Amino acid sequence: MSDYVLETRDLVKHFPLTQGIVFKKQIGAVRAVDGVNLQLRRGETLGVVGESGCGKSTLARMLVGLETPTSGDLFVQGRNMAKVGAEERRRGRRNIQLVMQDPYTSLNPRMTVGDIIGEPFEVHPDVVPKGQRRRKVQELLELVGLNPEHINRYPHQFSGGQRQRIGIARALALNPEIILCDEPVSALDVSIQAQVINLLEKLQNELGLSYIFIAHDLSVVRHIADRVAVMYLGKIVEIGTEDEIYETPTHPYTQALLSAVPVPDPTLRGQRDQIVLTGDVPSPANPPSGCRFRTRCWKAQDICAEQEPLLEVRDKSGHPSACHFAEVRDVVHATE
Amino acid sequence: MSTDVNVKLDALPGLDPNALPLEVKNLQVEFRTRNGIAHAVNGVSFDVRAGETRAILGESGCGKSVTAQAIMGILDSPPGFITGGEILYRGVDLLKLPEAQRRKVRANRIAMIFQDALSALNPVFTVGFQLAELFRKHRGMSRQDAKARAVELLDLVKIPAAKQRVNDYPHQFSGGMRQRVMIAMALALDPEVLIADEPTTALDVTVQAQIMALLAELQQERNMALVLITHDMGVVADVADRISVMYAGRVIEEAGVNDIYASPAHPYTKGLLESIPRLDLKGQELSAIKGLPPALTNIPPGCAFNPRCRYAQDVCRQNPGPPLYQVTPSRTSACHFWREVKGDE
Repeated sequence: MSDYVLETRDLVKHFPLTQGIVFKKQIGAVRAVDGVNLQLRRGETLGVVGESGCGKSTLARMLVGLETPTSGDLFVQGRNMAKVGAEERRRGRRNIQLVMQDPYTSLNPRMTVGDIIGEPFEVHPDVVPKGQRRRKVQELLELVGLNPEHINRYPHQFSGGQRQRIGIARALALNPEIILCDEPVSALDVSIQAQVINLLEKLQNELGLSYIFIAHDLSVVRHIADRVAVMYLGKIVEIGTEDEIYETPTHPYTQALLSAVPVPDPTLRGQRDQIVLTGDVPSPANPPSGCRFRTRCWKAQDICAEQEPLLEVRDKSGHPSACHFAEVRDVVHATE
Repeated sequence: MSTDVNVKLDALPGLDPNALPLEVKNLQVEFRTRNGIAHAVNGVSFDVRAGETRAILGESGCGKSVTAQAIMGILDSPPGFITGGEILYRGVDLLKLPEAQRRKVRANRIAMIFQDALSALNPVFTVGFQLAELFRKHRGMSRQDAKARAVELLDLVKIPAAKQRVNDYPHQFSGGMRQRVMIAMALALDPEVLIADEPTTALDVTVQAQIMALLAELQQERNMALVLITHDMGVVADVADRISVMYAGRVIEEAGVNDIYASPAHPYTKGLLESIPRLDLKGQELSAIKGLPPALTNIPPGCAFNPRCRYAQDVCRQNPGPPLYQVTPSRTSACHFWREVKGDE
């Protein structure tokens, strides 16, 4: 267990749906995350992909302690975060920091950059002594490629890419071991995106960080991740190394997702095995019985409605997949 | 079905049925703001033929959406002003038409799909009402007939149970379904030109695939000219015939889709293509374009891309900026060093 810097066991988050104003009664629950098991090794990047509403952001919020899990356990460096005292939990949080999606709303417009990056030191005063905080903030700015003299500027004086660097500097302030990136580049333009991805990779090498990288852009995840988990409606449907997921996907949803990504190569037009799914993602308040993907799956049979497929290794591909009929299908033609 | 309107449109002065459905020539748009004049579009030219897909590719702030708004005549003015150029629909300069005639062209002949369907649809009217409104205002149909046409349209864009859903409000639809409603609305009056401004950017990839397939099918059926405005190099590679790449309000490269991806002739296009994560470069550093796009109030002299360009020399910093060089008969590039960029694989 101590091999992992972070581990979740059957992590569940249900948001109650209530009716009535005075006498509230629960009429159901949105099953945002419904039993997720993840392990993160030291120095590794775990990519989490899935479409909007699949629970990836709720998962991120639970991992950093912004949401309390409905049930299940979260271990950070071997300690069960639900069972430790308030003081230890506060200290534990130091090790896992979040980089948020939207650099335009996640920085307080009324605070200077120095105050934003230095704020973690007020919550955790013992990390850096008071007199040296300003210098530490300037070091952080330099580390993420910003001019340390800009410490007194406000967020609106920076561009989107620079703001995301400020968000990264803030996440690094407490010397964490794990950084959780929740769609860190999806709000940025392509040319800026590459700069931020390069920065994240550089920081990982220099500081030995472990990343959980949540994104819907599959090519970005492929570039940065060592292992990838695919989520659908609150559950992990397939998990494996980057090669296993992209080269030999076995779950129909993973295959459809990969085939739907447009490839920036016009010579492949019409030659790719494109799977166009019908319909939309069902509501997580009322997920289908059995396999949650069966309503959109072309392989679905009676057993899929009756029995929920477990996330386990079924075929020779050698990685776990939650499908009764898991089999390898080559959907991404290698472009040499 | 649309004969009565076509009669009126035939009366447009100088209408030439054999001319291209849309041709933009040297369009210039500026925004007069408190912080100075922002030159959003600085001489953009492109055309699109019937049945063809023209992609306009560029990052945020490059002027691609402003170009679309100028074509549709929905530019916020003030602060936006069209200061020069022509927008030709079958030979008729739309910028010279009185508003009443312009309005007949809009939606009838040239229609537009917006990026964010939730904010483009009116939340307080049902989807059916908003669709039927088009037929009532532009075709003079009765409420009942117009409603029947609205149901047909929802069927056309493959919305299940169209007959019931026609009475739903926009918030009752999912993101993909709302975008389908937008497409239905744009196609309602059978336009010849469809401008799609980032039609799938707000959608998930599996839904994006559905919407792009639907658009391609409808375009082929109607032999429609499609102007696809996007920043997604993958989508462009999948559907476009010809591409105009924009940077700081100018078209800096224009070519057929295969040429651009095989051998870009402008350093910006090349940089964009290289900054996409690729399979064979896994584990290596991505080649990013350094720096930031310029502020439109303060575009650098000469070539607007020169501060970020690895090919830049003194000539690039001098006004006037590079002209559009003819790379081959069918493609152009606004770079003094297009030979080096193109040859240097």
